[in-house]
Amino acid sequence: MQAVFSTPKSMKEDFKFTFCPGCDHGIAVRLVAELIDELNLKENTICSTCVGCSVFLYDFLNIDCVEAPHGRACASATGVKRTNPEKFVFTYQGDGDFASIGFAESMHTAIRGENISAICINNTTFGMTGGQLGPTTLMGQVTTTSPFGRNKEYYGYPVKIAEQIALCDGTAFSARVALDTIPHINQAKQALKKAFEVQLKGLGFGFVEILSSCPTNWHMTPEEAHEWVKNSMIPEFPLGTFKDLTEVGVNK
Amino acid sequence: MSSEKVLIKGNYAIAQAAINAGCQCYFGYPITPQTEIGEYLSAEMPKLGRGYVSAESELAAINMVVGAAATGAKVMTSSSSCAVALMQEALSYACSDEVPVVVVNVMRAGPGLGYVYPAQGDYNQAVYGGGNGDYKIIVLAPATVQECIDYTYKAFYLARKYRNPVILLADGLLGQMMEPACFGENPYPEVDVSSWALTGAKGRDGKAIYSCARDEKAHIQKIHDLFKKFEIITENETSYEEFETEDAEIILTAFGSMTRNIKAAIRVLREKGVKAGGFRPITLSPFPTKRISELAADGKDFVVVEMNMGQMFKDVKYAVEGKSNVSLVNRPCGEWLSVEEIVSSVEKILNKKEGAYASCI
Repeated sequence: MQAVFSTPKSMKEDFKFTFCPGCDHGIAVRLVAELIDELNLKENTICSTCVGCSVFLYDFLNIDCVEAPHGRACASATGVKRTNPEKFVFTYQGDGDFASIGFAESMHTAIRGENISAICINNTTFGMTGGQLGPTTLMGQVTTTSPFGRNKEYYGYPVKIAEQIALCDGTAFSARVALDTIPHINQAKQALKKAFEVQLKGLGFGFVEILSSCPTNWHMTPEEAHEWVKNSMIPEFPLGTFKDLTEVGVNK
Repeated sequence: MSSEKVLIKGNYAIAQAAINAGCQCYFGYPITPQTEIGEYLSAEMPKLGRGYVSAESELAAINMVVGAAATGAKVMTSSSSCAVALMQEALSYACSDEVPVVVVNVMRAGPGLGYVYPAQGDYNQAVYGGGNGDYKIIVLAPATVQECIDYTYKAFYLARKYRNPVILLADGLLGQMMEPACFGENPYPEVDVSSWALTGAKGRDGKAIYSCARDEKAHIQKIHDLFKKFEIITENETSYEEFETEDAEIILTAFGSMTRNIKAAIRVLREKGVKAGGFRPITLSPFPTKRISELAADGKDFVVVEMNMGQMFKDVKYAVEGKSNVSLVNRPCGEWLSVEEIVSSVEKILNKKEGAYASCI
């Protein structure tokens, strides 16, 4: 018999996801693990983890991880990479971690063109604390701290992360993907692979923003949540590649 | 250069000593009065093929340091007072993570932005920490440019030996003044970090360095373990300097560069017939509580002389436990208390003209 589905080698054998049922984090983590396997990176990888729904990433992935304080994963990864340039270094963060409390660190890591890869899960909310307004909450979206919906008077506007990162000179690759359909999942994996490869080629900062569902805090079924990703998120956060220096090289 | 005596500024001395200690990468952000450390290393580290990162903030710098240190790299950052305040969160993490970070604080005046003149107002910040939870940092306080070199070597060694953050607590006076000093050889051996450092999961399972608690029982045990480790540090590494305490009736106590002034004041007081001695903690944490307690039990009074509102004063009082009198001679910041001011304050205390609090404004 031929095995058609198995757990990636880069995942711990006994891992138990702490994500809510229907959450897309599990898909994203799996894609990362598959790529670590496919690119043969497991023995050479150090991950900077974040604070948020994916805080226990080191319980799922069978790789070396250092926990960064909330928002500081890109700074931590900079320290790892500058002292270990031969290692594959990446961060896995939420939108609150990457683009709210840690946006200064995230942007400057991109601006410096650090040879690391960063992954940001955008689910428009602070998921772990129960669904508060975050940097990517959509206009009009109701959260526990925007009970009347996001408006510009109280909250200002959501941030378009992948476009902002693409503006940085040190960025080699920046894309936004989603996980709501099988084709989108396949595209997400290709984008993650590019973000990993630009690091391996020494081209600079590789970044992927992943639109992800949060059924629990959106008060939806997983199917409804994926519909919401398609109908509400993607129109505001268009999918696509905003920068790709695969051929050119940031330092040339 | 090792045995040669050179005339060198404190900040440059710290920077070169960090290089000699094997610092692989420096992460920092400018702030007076310590900026020369970063300037020096930005010029010297690339020549040695080592790293220098101009961080976007002190918050980023210390987190870069923690990330790098988690891989076993020898790294440091330097800063001053209000910007070291920005590092407190990460220092709490680093203690819990047990990663060996070295932080240099060349103190300026606070609170808030304060000013660039020297002060000793970060005793509490360094010794008690501004981060959350129960944690302890090793704090070394140099009094001379020579000690800036010696204790920079020591800071790198102790950080790795005990997997604990170390703060070198200097001040603007030391950072900015030139003194003859000798670099010598870094006297400390290399510490093997291979058992815990993150190197990639080659031939083994992945491992993680984190502070997050997994369950209540393990969390409680971890904090007990950290404090047991600090008991060992206290036993092995508590360091202090005593001068003329044997026959002393009153012991002037200071840390850092104020040590220089109490030494001079003791000479003047001795000439005037006062049996004065001196006590100077070198490790502010672990604090030499036991030795102060012994001296107090011999009936010796203490006068704490410091450039803050009495931060070390309360630790001396705690150590003395009411066995003798403890007075304070202080100024919050600015012009260092002069030998004359210290002498006249001690005389007032001896004549009972002042209470326990003899501030020299």
